[in-house]
Amino acid sequence: MLRKSNSTTADRWNTGILYVYVASGAVVGGLARFLVSVALQTGTEFPWATLFINATGSFIIGFYATLTGPEGRLFASARQRQFVMTGFCGGYTTFSTFSLETFKLFHSGMKQTALVYIIASTIAWLVSVWLGHTIASRLNRLKGS
Amino acid sequence: MLSGFVCIVIGSVLGGCARYFISGVVARNVGETFPWGTMIINVSGAFLIGILGALATDQSSLMASTNPWLFAVTGFLGCYTTVSSFSLQTLSLARDGETGRAVSNVLLSLVLCLSAVTCGFSLSEWLLT
Repeated sequence: MLRKSNSTTADRWNTGILYVYVASGAVVGGLARFLVSVALQTGTEFPWATLFINATGSFIIGFYATLTGPEGRLFASARQRQFVMTGFCGGYTTFSTFSLETFKLFHSGMKQTALVYIIASTIAWLVSVWLGHTIASRLNRLKGS
Repeated sequence: MLSGFVCIVIGSVLGGCARYFISGVVARNVGETFPWGTMIINVSGAFLIGILGALATDQSSLMASTNPWLFAVTGFLGCYTTVSSFSLQTLSLARDGETGRAVSNVLLSLVLCLSAVTCGFSLSEWLLT
């Protein structure tokens, strides 16, 4: 009985720590997204900043997940993976802003730009995550330490 | 300036933790053969950003000012919703040979999120008038 309660306390502590790692990663990701979106303000209607942010975030998660995965050459603890993947990448990329921007393009009558944005985004996200994964797999297969 | 950063930080903590909590609850109850957790998060986030986006068009509303927007949209909703998990989960489905599920995830996410933002925006506009 005592042992069981000890293990649940340990589990709760561990879960709490994971939340701290996710929250810290999300803060870094959220601030990075804000700074990149300010830096990339082009003044055009096309939302280049969000496209760039979501593509780079997809690249990073694909690269990091494979590099630190079961066959990866870099060891990362579960907490480090939560910080980078769930926290940073999750906080940095945004599906909600993408949705609102697409809606606003449709709403203001720029249907063609909206369609181009949807298609370009989807392709960019998936190609980026695949590219990150592929480069990391190559690195994993390299000989040496 | 500094207060804007504080708003983003607080929103990001709440948004990141809300995503981690919901994706965990969904994974434990529904399983992880299809990324329902990320889908539910992104669709609900799109609905909320639609509501706030319409509110921001009204100059007298709270959302038209900078700090509430930085907290709720840039911080909270930005960190709550995610493209990176969506991309990684789609790639894993495709690599596992689950092409149908990968394609469904992409199409369903796009259709549901764009419908959700439209519903949120329209609902908010209708309530405002």
